[in-house]
Amino acid sequence: MSAAPVRFGVVVFPGSNCDADAYHAVSTFPGTSVQYLWHKDTDLKGVQAVILPGGFSYGDYLRCGAIARFSPIMQAVIDFAASGGLVMGICNGFQTLVEAGLLPGGLIRNTGLKFVCRYVNLRVETTDTPFTSACAAGEVLRIVVKHNEGNYTVDPETLSRMQAADQIVLRYADAAGKQAAGANPNGALDDIAGVCNEARNVFGMMPHPENSVEAHLAGGADGRQLFQSIIDTVLRPAEVTS
Amino acid sequence: MSRRATLEAAVKLGLTADEYAHICAIQGGEPTYVELAIYSLMWSEHCSYKHSRPVLGRFPTIGPRILQGPGENAGIIDVGDGWAVAMKVESHNHPSAVEPFQGAATGVGGIVRDIFTMGARPCVSMDSLRFGELTEPRQRFLLDGVIGGIAHYGNCLGIPTIGGEIYFEPSYEGNCLVNAMSAGMIRTDGIVRAIASGVGNHVVLIGSKTGRDGIGGASVLASQEFDETLEEKRPSVQVGDPFTEKKLIEACLELIHRKLVVSMQDLGAAGLTSSSSEMSSKGFVGLDIHADRVPLREADMEPWEIMISESQERMLAIVTAEQIADVREVCERWDLDCTVIGAVTDSKMLRIWWHGERVANIPARRLADESPVIRTPSVKPGYIVDEPVAVNDAAYPRPADLGAALTQLLAAPNIASKRWAWEQYDYIVQANTMQIPGSDAAVLRIKDTERGIAFSNDCNGRHCYLDPYRGAKAAVAEAARNLACAGALPVAVTDCLNFGNPEKGEIYWQFEQAVEGIAQACEALDTPVVSGNVSFYNESFGQAIYPTPIIGMLGVYDDVSVHIDDAFKDEGDVIVLLGAQAGWMDGSEYQKVAYGKVEGRVPDVDLQLEVELQNKLRAAIEARLLRSAHDCAEGGLAVALAECCIAGGSTGGAQFADPEAPRSGRHGRWLGADVDLGSAAAVAGAAGRPDLALFGEAPTRVVVSVAPELLGPLDEVLGGLPHRVLGRVTGANLRCTMEGKELFTVPVGELHSAYESLPQRLA
Repeated sequence: MSAAPVRFGVVVFPGSNCDADAYHAVSTFPGTSVQYLWHKDTDLKGVQAVILPGGFSYGDYLRCGAIARFSPIMQAVIDFAASGGLVMGICNGFQTLVEAGLLPGGLIRNTGLKFVCRYVNLRVETTDTPFTSACAAGEVLRIVVKHNEGNYTVDPETLSRMQAADQIVLRYADAAGKQAAGANPNGALDDIAGVCNEARNVFGMMPHPENSVEAHLAGGADGRQLFQSIIDTVLRPAEVTS
Repeated sequence: MSRRATLEAAVKLGLTADEYAHICAIQGGEPTYVELAIYSLMWSEHCSYKHSRPVLGRFPTIGPRILQGPGENAGIIDVGDGWAVAMKVESHNHPSAVEPFQGAATGVGGIVRDIFTMGARPCVSMDSLRFGELTEPRQRFLLDGVIGGIAHYGNCLGIPTIGGEIYFEPSYEGNCLVNAMSAGMIRTDGIVRAIASGVGNHVVLIGSKTGRDGIGGASVLASQEFDETLEEKRPSVQVGDPFTEKKLIEACLELIHRKLVVSMQDLGAAGLTSSSSEMSSKGFVGLDIHADRVPLREADMEPWEIMISESQERMLAIVTAEQIADVREVCERWDLDCTVIGAVTDSKMLRIWWHGERVANIPARRLADESPVIRTPSVKPGYIVDEPVAVNDAAYPRPADLGAALTQLLAAPNIASKRWAWEQYDYIVQANTMQIPGSDAAVLRIKDTERGIAFSNDCNGRHCYLDPYRGAKAAVAEAARNLACAGALPVAVTDCLNFGNPEKGEIYWQFEQAVEGIAQACEALDTPVVSGNVSFYNESFGQAIYPTPIIGMLGVYDDVSVHIDDAFKDEGDVIVLLGAQAGWMDGSEYQKVAYGKVEGRVPDVDLQLEVELQNKLRAAIEARLLRSAHDCAEGGLAVALAECCIAGGSTGGAQFADPEAPRSGRHGRWLGADVDLGSAAAVAGAAGRPDLALFGEAPTRVVVSVAPELLGPLDEVLGGLPHRVLGRVTGANLRCTMEGKELFTVPVGELHSAYESLPQRLA
């Protein structure tokens, strides 16, 4: 089938530094196209999925993502999300989605009080999202985290609502997929590494799947399934909007 | 403008009476204060290399791959397929000793600017650090601040910091070393040099506003020893803003790639003064700088302050009148200040203007390139001895438990895993990292090619102290050997030469000896020196650091997929030792840790053998014969074997005995080894002691592992190179015997606990 390419957009804030990696990661998938979306623009240029990349938007001198959420492009992203568009926030992108109110909770300083860059194991908690549909339930993905403020937190009522609505998408676990001491790199509540909104079309995660798309690199290739899920979803639009 | 430029004022700025007289002769009488301030910076040791220049000429600097040698912001090496690498290392020792976080952060910022100034996109950082012993609280504070500063700045820029090296010795207690290396990728036809040209072209200042931070950093901080006024020097340390630098990188690379600038230079030590005088001197043109047009943080700054401020994140560009509008558009898009502050002239003079009045008028060439040269008569220090120590049982009692001695060494801060540090660095951003920190070298692929590059940095300061010639030569050999262990071909060197006060004959002797050692090794290994930095005055209260010539080396791959690491891979693989030198006590980590001594004479590298070993090792890796390779460095053969075990693990392992495996990206369980060292006389030298065979140090030795069926082909590749089979990769223990007699058996889990114990020393 020679369908039209799946169109991705990667937002570039000043201080984004994983924008090129996200762009590169998408371009390793055949049948995709990808373009940058400048933070001062207000037009998403017809893309079918938006990635808010990692980095230090505006230096993150204030709370991470707190300034980026006011960028002109964010109103377009919010409108896009409201109409069911697929939005994925990675690391600083996750923080920005939380600041923008598109995802519940908050991301605070790591309990170790230091930036941490290491491989983590992520247990896929639900495959019922456009971002994990290509994974197997309970599957363990080995992906790198790198952040200073990745400690996910949320109030108890919201957490129960999120659990009931199956919004916890990824949890830190050991290599066998069990929640374990030492597996959580930042102290995140309930080992939460990634969450989605109630409508399931907005997803944020602290680890960096865009650095895990090529098996011969140190990052491995376990991040591919997340991007593949998005591609599959776009190619089967009926299932998302239902 | 009432400040007088008297001799007294000159001395206060760090100039000597002779230099002041020389300045008066050039200027035709008493200079203006602005002129004096400019001379004091440009003729400081830090900017002028006045003590080192006559000696550095000894380095080999040219070769078929070298596109740019010393004298520019960075050296540039052709790595194939139209790609080149720009690389440089630079010290930020004194700022880091005064304020570790900002000192280290701005050290990273400065070296990264040197790379993108030339048009290269920075792709890797590595840092060589030296501190006093961790038993001292201040040293732990310095270490924590320096690592945090490197992480803060480098991570924000999105440049992977793929390791480096850290050592702890009492000699660095009052004067830590922070040497930041950076490298970037550039197309061979896209190189920009810092040469002003085109009379009438604009001189444009891009980036941060100018403040009073870092006034006199190069003269007050970098070119003097430390004493009890250390704390007072804090205002001379700049504060970094990596967010602005990140925007500068993107804006400047766009300007360069779109050919919107004639040339570019970053503002580093001595700020506007050095950048403007160097650009005009190299271009044989003059520059007019209107200091009153420089955007300021503090409105009441005087012209001399503006000219020597070391405010960070600023670039100077030469731009034609036709292109200035485009340049403004790019800078505006990135929310960066872009101000025309002057023009290129045909006067060959650096002229500084202040509201229409000329406040300085200096011949650019004499300022930048004709500073005085000083060669201190060198004196061989009294502590140097010509003979190795006699390892007798009285001075060096035999250890009762060799296994315990091994775990003690693995836990020594100089050997123990530096994971605590490098896990604070983003080592994977940019999606090129093939080998993460913790092995012998950093390895990166070059996108859209089969090629790759590798980096290593090395220097054993203790060895350089005992014999600066042999120690420095060994540092070059080891840096190359580390690259060869990963399968890369070493092609170029950048060096950071850290020494004490060069006005002292003993220090100058150390410096001359080290340069000679580096030069000889670089000639033998065919690795020209393409860039570098000299850092003198690393003394506090008259005590000099160990001479520490840090060697940063670039290696290349035609096919990066051949690269290997140090980890044992599978049970049953055969362990082979390449090289046959017996272990030496002199200058070893074992001597320091077990006996509390630093004495003797370190072994000399046989460069011919070194080249043969590295060539054959690389040939074996390129033929895909080896599973792993690891250099024997601090701690000798036993520590090298232990490191291969700890790093190892079969991908088929069912259990995860190795708690670091998931977070280091390694799979599986630990692997052990069962090795026999052979005859005592051959491996332990004249003393014949098993502990020397295990922990003694010697250059030109590498531990490799090979699948049993490939041992024959490996033998063929190695030919006449001394090598012997030590044993096999096995289950969960490291067991060592000598001529069949057991020396020790230690579970790898215990070795691991010792090796990963650094965080406990920092608590």
